[in-house]
Amino acid sequence: MRSRLILWVLAIALLVALPPVMTAIGQTFYIDLVRRIMILAIAAVSLNLILGYGGLVSFGHAAYLGIGAYSVGILAFYGFTNGWLQWAVAIGASALVALAIGAVSIRTSGVYFIMITLAFTQMLYYLGISLEEFGGDDGMRLKAKSQFAGLIDLREPITFYYLALVLMLASVYLVYRIVNSRFGVVLRAAKSNEARTRAIGFPPYPYRLAAFVMAGAMCGLAGALYANHTNYIVPGLMSWQHSGDLMFMVILGGMASTAGPVLGAFAFIFTEEFLKVLLNWVAPIFGKRDWAEYWAILMGPVLVLSVIFFRRGLAGIFYKPDA
Amino acid sequence: MSWILVFEQLLNGVQLGVTLFLMAAGLTLVLGIMNLVNLAHGSLYMVGAYLTLAATQWTGNYFAGVALGLLGALVIGMLVEVITLRALYERDHLDQVLATFGLILFFNELVAILWGRASLYAQLPEWLRGHVELFAGSTYPVYRLSVIIVGLIVAVVLWYVVTRTRLGMLIRAGATNRTMVAALGVNIRLLYTVVFGFGAALAGLAGVMAGPIYSVQPGMGELILIQVFVVIVIGGIGSVRGALVGALIVGVVDTLGRAFLKPALSTMISPTAGEAAGPALASMLIYLLMAVVLALRPAGLFPARG
Repeated sequence: MRSRLILWVLAIALLVALPPVMTAIGQTFYIDLVRRIMILAIAAVSLNLILGYGGLVSFGHAAYLGIGAYSVGILAFYGFTNGWLQWAVAIGASALVALAIGAVSIRTSGVYFIMITLAFTQMLYYLGISLEEFGGDDGMRLKAKSQFAGLIDLREPITFYYLALVLMLASVYLVYRIVNSRFGVVLRAAKSNEARTRAIGFPPYPYRLAAFVMAGAMCGLAGALYANHTNYIVPGLMSWQHSGDLMFMVILGGMASTAGPVLGAFAFIFTEEFLKVLLNWVAPIFGKRDWAEYWAILMGPVLVLSVIFFRRGLAGIFYKPDA
Repeated sequence: MSWILVFEQLLNGVQLGVTLFLMAAGLTLVLGIMNLVNLAHGSLYMVGAYLTLAATQWTGNYFAGVALGLLGALVIGMLVEVITLRALYERDHLDQVLATFGLILFFNELVAILWGRASLYAQLPEWLRGHVELFAGSTYPVYRLSVIIVGLIVAVVLWYVVTRTRLGMLIRAGATNRTMVAALGVNIRLLYTVVFGFGAALAGLAGVMAGPIYSVQPGMGELILIQVFVVIVIGGIGSVRGALVGALIVGVVDTLGRAFLKPALSTMISPTAGEAAGPALASMLIYLLMAVVLALRPAGLFPARG
């Protein structure tokens, strides 16, 4: 417990120290990169609640990232730039959609659940493409970043960075509190043995659905942040690849562990960036200039190998996840 | 809106349906018997399409291209099974999804490196290019008609193999109770490899036939794969009959929705409503259908178990 606390303090100190250090050495690219990772980490943390603790293999979590982002984008499009309103709508809309998708899909289990969550997210992806008014396939520009009247200015990259950091830590803490509450114990019990959980008087369905909605709402917030981060909202946010990326972040970090998804988000994006650098470094040897765009040809096998040989994830290195 | 147009769109729907069926039949058997979720099934479809296209251009012979496309999908499918999927049979579905997701990234990128990211369009030989007159005033492309015929032939052959042969008996038994089949002394590993190869070849065939109709591009496999998931959810896992019925329903509903929802909404409600909601609703239609089927029959229309 003590060593875990030290690790947390060290990691947070590192993240707090990053912007001034990077500004000093003129590498502001990394502030942007880590901010994006932290926003995706919020999404991964929320997915861990249902995937890791609830055992619900949702292959459609990117849907809420998209709904959160589109909520902000569409409100800004119609001139509503108040951040409180935008983010509340992003969270509320994501929760509602999660309620609708969850209500149908949680009735099923196993492969069905995987395929259904994937299919519904694909439906939303096509919906995004067919919204001509909001850019269709090409997506839409965010007219103005969310406004928090004098309180927080998201146009300041470093302010935004610290906001993302705070929200990421808050989401980690929130999920930690949820899974250690009475509610969370039922959720985890239903994962480890559904029949027994039912037998002692807890039908899993409402608990799972509630967790599904909470995870969707949290991911909606991540989507609202993401829209502000990229200033651009595309249907591709809801693509199945994105859902797969989020799942990998949870798995690489370590399922059902408090810090796992955050570690996983960093590991996933850093691996991606590392492969791009590696390819660009190798390319001149073969007389080519730019190979970075082909990073996925290495990422694919890396991911396959990580599933086969690295089952416990990064968090497993530091401590044993709950059995 | 003339009846001839409706009939043509209906045929287009059946044509999409048989393409989906070829994919779904392999996938549902692999799922039902091996309990393996193989997302890379779509990659085999893509491989089939690309290899046919390349080999046709290379040899100048359409049949050589088709043969190579089918063989390529089969060989690559077997290789994938031996190299990665065998390590995953004992794992849970989550691991299978993730590992095959990695395979998709690899295959899509490989194809992009070899042939570029832009869409390609396959050329057809002269005798497949024309139109036939079905009845007075209605012509239909020969190629789409041949796709329907080939698909239906495959469906009949599959029906025969699954219901009338010893292999089919093992397949059905495997889908119902795997452990019991293995306990009765059947070499389940060999059955796995045979069924997987079978499924790979069917996916390849779907890709071969889809090439000249849809654009050939990296990622084409996943677009159809997700529709195939809808088919399987509607039809029921492990059931070839369910796959056929589900595929035809999805194919026809999707095609008719795209063709007629916009004009129908325009006339029934208002032109602006049709303009705005038509395309959006059309692209969501099969998923809404899936939701309805799930609400009424959670195990699909033809569940293989029970």
